[in-house]
Amino acid sequence: MATVSVPKSSEETTTQPSTITLRIKRSNPSESTEKTFSEFQVPVQKWTTVLEAILYVKQNLDHSVGVRYSCRQASCGSCGMKINGKPALACYTKLSELGTSIVTVEPMNNFPIIRDLAVNFEQLISNHKKIKPFIVREDSEITPGTKEFIQKPEDLEKFLQFSYCIKCGLCNSACPTMATDTSFLGPQALAQAFRYTADNRDQGKDERLKIVDDSHGIWRCHFAGSCSHVCPKGVDPAMAIQLLRGYLLGFRK
Amino acid sequence: MRESIIMKIHYGTALGAVVLVAVHILMRLSQKYSDSLQYQNVLANYHFLPYALMLEVVLILLSVHGFNGLRVILLELKQGATYERAINYGSIAAMAALVAYGSRTILMAGMGVS
Ligand code: HEM
Repeated sequence: MATVSVPKSSEETTTQPSTITLRIKRSNPSESTEKTFSEFQVPVQKWTTVLEAILYVKQNLDHSVGVRYSCRQASCGSCGMKINGKPALACYTKLSELGTSIVTVEPMNNFPIIRDLAVNFEQLISNHKKIKPFIVREDSEITPGTKEFIQKPEDLEKFLQFSYCIKCGLCNSACPTMATDTSFLGPQALAQAFRYTADNRDQGKDERLKIVDDSHGIWRCHFAGSCSHVCPKGVDPAMAIQLLRGYLLGFRK
Repeated sequence: MRESIIMKIHYGTALGAVVLVAVHILMRLSQKYSDSLQYQNVLANYHFLPYALMLEVVLILLSVHGFNGLRVILLELKQGATYERAINYGSIAAMAALVAYGSRTILMAGMGVS
């Protein structure tokens, strides 16, 4: 029979310091343009996440830190931020895997800051809505006399990974085009445009392609691939963009 | 014009330029490199109609590609309706001006005017 033992406390202390310094970028654009860093000593365990560290600060050291979070399990997409310079979900990043004794958290790039770590998602959501993120067709499964819209596993396979998007905004924050082009649709919306266009139940391809075929649409992606690199759900927006381009270039029907 | 048509032109001009610039480089290899820069040899290129036409096509392809590329960079740098209109029309004007100036050189050299 396998025996499971509690790790000795000495093992823990050799691999992980018991406290880290958490540097939180502070700003409140509604009051001033000043940006500063606040530093806090936070006790950590092997399993402590960055979000838990921030919540420790809020509970015990400075309740005024501005942060948005909800599910704590990488499902709601609320707690995206830059952690040691890289966009990531705070609830999905363990301090122990960062391997640094100083951890810096900042608001995501390419979004207006509300306060401290909380950013404004208005443009992300409006761009998402722009590309019609739903099945477009005249008839419906609930109309009496119509039948189910069949979707085979191989049909589902074509877009399944793209449907895992939780709209956390990390891809848009990592995108170099988004950094200067404020009108760019962004990898999140473009990947969702592909997700619905590739769905065999959908009939909105022409409408959707017209929307993305704009001077600030799909062609402003230059294959950097950073969007796919940071996605916490394994979505590959860079590939979705290339596949979507296939329709516009005539490689795909 | 739809952006997809512009980008098809952008990729097409790039591919066309790869082929024609390769021909252009291969022609340099038909003689010693230093000879290809001799005054008479340079003029002979322009007097040989198929080659002069190819140079004209390279000029058009690279002007269209280069200025459209610059248009894209500038559109991504700053946004605004007036600015974007200026960039769009400005790059077409610059394209036309460069093609006109280059064509003038090709024509004059071809006709023996120097
Ligand atoms: C003949 C070889 C060439 C090839 C194969 C080529 C290919 C390309 C491609 C595929 C793009 C689009 C990149 C993207 O969307 O990210 C591009 C962009 C661009 N090209 Fe070229 N090109 C060539 C030559 C040139 C030349 C000679 C010039 C300058 C006159 C030029 C200027 C530009 C500019 C300014 C851009 C926009 C920058 C960008 O989109 O990243 N290219 N080129």
